[in-house]
Amino acid sequence: MSMKKKAEAALLAAHDLNELEELRIGLLGKKGELTAILRGMGGLSAEERPLIGQLANEVRAFIESELEKQKNILMSAARKEKLQAETLDVTMGGRTPRLGKLHPLTTVLNEVKDIFIGMGFSIVEGPEVEYDYFNFEALNIPADHPARDTQDTFYINDNVVLRSQTSSVQARVMQNQEPPIRVIAPGRVYRSDAVDATHSPVFHQIEGLVVDKGITMGDLKGTLEIFMKTLYGEDAVLRFRPHHFPFTEPSAEVDVSCFVCGGKGCRVCKGEGFIELLGAGMVHPRVLERCGIDPSVYSGFAFGLGLERIVMRRMSIDDMRLLYENDLRFLNQF
Amino acid sequence: MKIPMSWLSDYTDMTGITPEAYNHAMTMSGSKVEGIENLGDNLLNVVVGKIKDITPHPDADKLVVCQIDVGKEQLQIVTGAPNVKVGQTVPVALNGALLPDGTKIKTGKLRGVESAGMLCSYEELGMSESDFPDAEYGILILDDGLPAGMDIREVFHLDENIVDFEITSNRPDCLSVIGLARETAVTFGRPFAVKTPAVTGCGGDIHDFVTISVEDTEGCLRYCGKVVQNVKIGPSPKWMQERLQACGIRAINNIVDITNYIMLEYGQPMHAFDLRDLEGNTVCVRRAKEGEMLTTLDDVERTLDTSMLMICDGKKPVGVAGVMGGLNSEIKEDTTTILFESATFKAPLVRKTAKKLGLRTESSARYEKGLDAENTEPAILRACQLIEELGCGDVVGGMIDIRGEVEAPNIIPFDAAKINAFLGTDIDKQFMEDTLRALGFIVNKDTVIPPSFRKDVEGFADVAEEILRIYGYDKIPSTLMRGETAHGIKTRSQKLEDKIRDLLCGCGLNEIVTYSFTNPNLFDKLNLAADSPLRTAVTIQNPLGVENSIMRTTAIHSMLETLARNVNYRAESAALYEIATIYLPREEEDLPEERSVVALGMYGNCDFYDLKGVVETLIDGVGVSGVRFTADSENPTFHPGRCASISVGKKEIGVLGQIHPDVCDRYGADREIYIAQINIPDLLIYGKNTKIYHPLPKYPSVNRDLAILVDDKVPAADIEAIIRKKAKNLFAGLRLFDVYKGKQVPEGKKSMAYSLTLQSMDKTLTDAEVTQTVTDILAALEKDAGAVLR
Repeated sequence: MSMKKKAEAALLAAHDLNELEELRIGLLGKKGELTAILRGMGGLSAEERPLIGQLANEVRAFIESELEKQKNILMSAARKEKLQAETLDVTMGGRTPRLGKLHPLTTVLNEVKDIFIGMGFSIVEGPEVEYDYFNFEALNIPADHPARDTQDTFYINDNVVLRSQTSSVQARVMQNQEPPIRVIAPGRVYRSDAVDATHSPVFHQIEGLVVDKGITMGDLKGTLEIFMKTLYGEDAVLRFRPHHFPFTEPSAEVDVSCFVCGGKGCRVCKGEGFIELLGAGMVHPRVLERCGIDPSVYSGFAFGLGLERIVMRRMSIDDMRLLYENDLRFLNQF
Repeated sequence: MKIPMSWLSDYTDMTGITPEAYNHAMTMSGSKVEGIENLGDNLLNVVVGKIKDITPHPDADKLVVCQIDVGKEQLQIVTGAPNVKVGQTVPVALNGALLPDGTKIKTGKLRGVESAGMLCSYEELGMSESDFPDAEYGILILDDGLPAGMDIREVFHLDENIVDFEITSNRPDCLSVIGLARETAVTFGRPFAVKTPAVTGCGGDIHDFVTISVEDTEGCLRYCGKVVQNVKIGPSPKWMQERLQACGIRAINNIVDITNYIMLEYGQPMHAFDLRDLEGNTVCVRRAKEGEMLTTLDDVERTLDTSMLMICDGKKPVGVAGVMGGLNSEIKEDTTTILFESATFKAPLVRKTAKKLGLRTESSARYEKGLDAENTEPAILRACQLIEELGCGDVVGGMIDIRGEVEAPNIIPFDAAKINAFLGTDIDKQFMEDTLRALGFIVNKDTVIPPSFRKDVEGFADVAEEILRIYGYDKIPSTLMRGETAHGIKTRSQKLEDKIRDLLCGCGLNEIVTYSFTNPNLFDKLNLAADSPLRTAVTIQNPLGVENSIMRTTAIHSMLETLARNVNYRAESAALYEIATIYLPREEEDLPEERSVVALGMYGNCDFYDLKGVVETLIDGVGVSGVRFTADSENPTFHPGRCASISVGKKEIGVLGQIHPDVCDRYGADREIYIAQINIPDLLIYGKNTKIYHPLPKYPSVNRDLAILVDDKVPAADIEAIIRKKAKNLFAGLRLFDVYKGKQVPEGKKSMAYSLTLQSMDKTLTDAEVTQTVTDILAALEKDAGAVLR
């Protein structure tokens, strides 16, 4: 049994896995001590043989189990040492795959689209080079209407314009689709404004249109409130006030509580506490009629908002020209 | 429209309404207030003082020390003014006073003597010589009757609040004091009344003075004339000048001021002619004759045309109807007899004329919105009343009033329940009726009739708005739409555009957004052939400038401009894309094709194959297969040896390449620039979104490397096609991993190294089978492409 003790001591003294393997071979290998004992059993008596055999097996099991234990200890020590050696400076920067950035106009438009899709709106499009009819006539703005002066329109010829408002899509949708209608129409519009920090001859609007039986002005308010609260947060307060648009009646301008001062009044909102955000109203019965929808059966609401304005506020951009200049130092910020 | 609040109180009760409350309430009832300005806001703590005593300054010859009674107390003030005397009444700026030029007054010492304020000249009070033409140099001497301690703003009526309204185009009636007083009264629930102006007259008959005829009854709906004789031209009284000034109108003389005053008060533009200048003592309202000229009051000679409505005398035009009077009949210092005109002209006519003449006036701004023909008579009577009040003439008896047919009243059905259902409100019927009446409507049982000055109220929805704006938009309960549940969707093409953005951003390209109109010189800049169809563009008739005068027919130009801009901003490299619309005119069609394209562009740290790789990723990502890239040396915008057209089947869907250096030079970008443009509708047609599962291979694949030597001109696409064809159904992949020219490769040749993967779906390939296939491939390569194994 001295062998058992001797083996145990030797195993414990092993410094690494190689030494341990040598010991294993020395003890249990073909030329090992225990093997020699077993081999020598041929010369034993029949009574002795089972006893010695059992003993030898016990010793073998003991050694094997000790070997395993010691192996685990040494392995975990070796692993530990390796891990230590592999320590990195984790504060060093990573190797980043370069991702491109969406233009801020797209980012915010996507957000707006998602909100309205969630409310059951579909997204529709209409031409930018548009008939005067859809841009004006169908929207209750006949040729002599003073509103035509305030929207300085680009003309292609007497009948064709660059649309000055996405409202032009309203008439197209109503003429082509039976109610219920629930759509938004985002897109480019054109007005002959000289370029400066807050004006651009090309900009983006998002038009909304709902036509169905029993649509009320309260629905318009409810819908816009959900939209604004989703976009600007639950604290956003809307203010509806009367206004005039030829294609809605009643018409409203909708202000949102100033995102800087929260309604107290500051420089950004010129002390009013509110910022003008969009125009809206109930679709004018004459517009419905002109598009072949019976205003005694159906009613609807429409609204239109400027995308640039939302983007500039959202991202604190103080000059609209940045949006169209596409300076990389600008684009990379988003 | 600027109006002093005190003027509104002539017609309604304004007591107790603060500027803040007024601003809010009026904005919420539809007369948006842009701001309220108080002229006295920058003149604080200046009061009336009485000089009790004056003594010389002990240390300064030019200064005197005054003892001044300012009501509550007596102050010692040092002044250098030469004109002060004991007993005078003067303006005193107290300690802490603010003067209009921003000066703040503080108690201090002047040459050692305590001075508790400052005596003021009219200039220091922010006024001018014209306000005090008789004042002597120095301190302003006030009327002795003024009590000591009175605020100087009260003395000069400077404590006036002037409200600036933004009036919408449908409410010309609100471009007047009376209109806004009515709105104020209804908004605040106050009384409102306009008295019929009383005119005494001096007898006589207007017909003895003037004959008026309206030739164009379509353009002139009503024309009222009154004659005033024994006119004494002079300045109008101070109160009238102050009101005009507050509204932004310069005072001229009593007669002109009266016409302007009426325009502001009644919203009815008026004109006064010097009767002796009207040849034949006649007035005729007619269209101008071709070539007629008129010098308007602003001293500009105008050429008229037959579309313009004119006020003429027996021979010549004397005024542009509704826009501006003529210099030839203006009121002069020695004018003695005048004709007042108060007329209604057709709105579009005035609008067009004003636009043509480039002459937009306070008058035309009102006419072009459509004025009330019923307003002409009260307005002209009010003008005559003012003549008598001011004592500046005698009003001749009788009025000439020429008008066409009186419009039939617009009877609108009124149904309170329907209005509530439409608005989503529960407004009391009585409130509706009271509101409409207060706004001047006639309310019957089931109908309402809007007043003549509310032509904008046409039907049910307009009536609903009238009620709602007074009830309060903010009181509408917010509700959610009922009805069929709708589900919002994006169309396939909208989704495709989203996908393209995802893919390209994922490839490291930044999205850009550029203008869709551009400069026609782009065609030359891009080297386009003279007969290129891209040169036919949608052209804007009235562009801001030539640089924005056509709608783009290609997105390459905007991309190049953007890249060039970033080169100039010293950006090392750039990789950009734009989803752009191009506008392609169509024969026989009014509207162009608006085609979505995706433009990709890059420079710096990249070459042709970087851009091509992105294009391939994009095309694969949107599910388009079978795309071919064919060398195109004919595209003049691109490098002749580095340009490929992109096609699917026989359909060309885009282009890709390095921009020709000549073109880069024209854009001022001295870099190798790579650009691609692909039609999005084609990607939509050829793209397949549904992916089908192919069973995973059960047997191992085998890789073989093939290194071949081939003529430099042979395109890789040809080599690959041969390999693919000969590998037959064992083909499982091919990768070009090396192309080499130079040492050990003969001139005009290139070495190409491919890694070919072969695999069978039904068995493990034997060595012999693989070798046989490779041998077949090599034989074909030699035969068809002249390629030999290295």
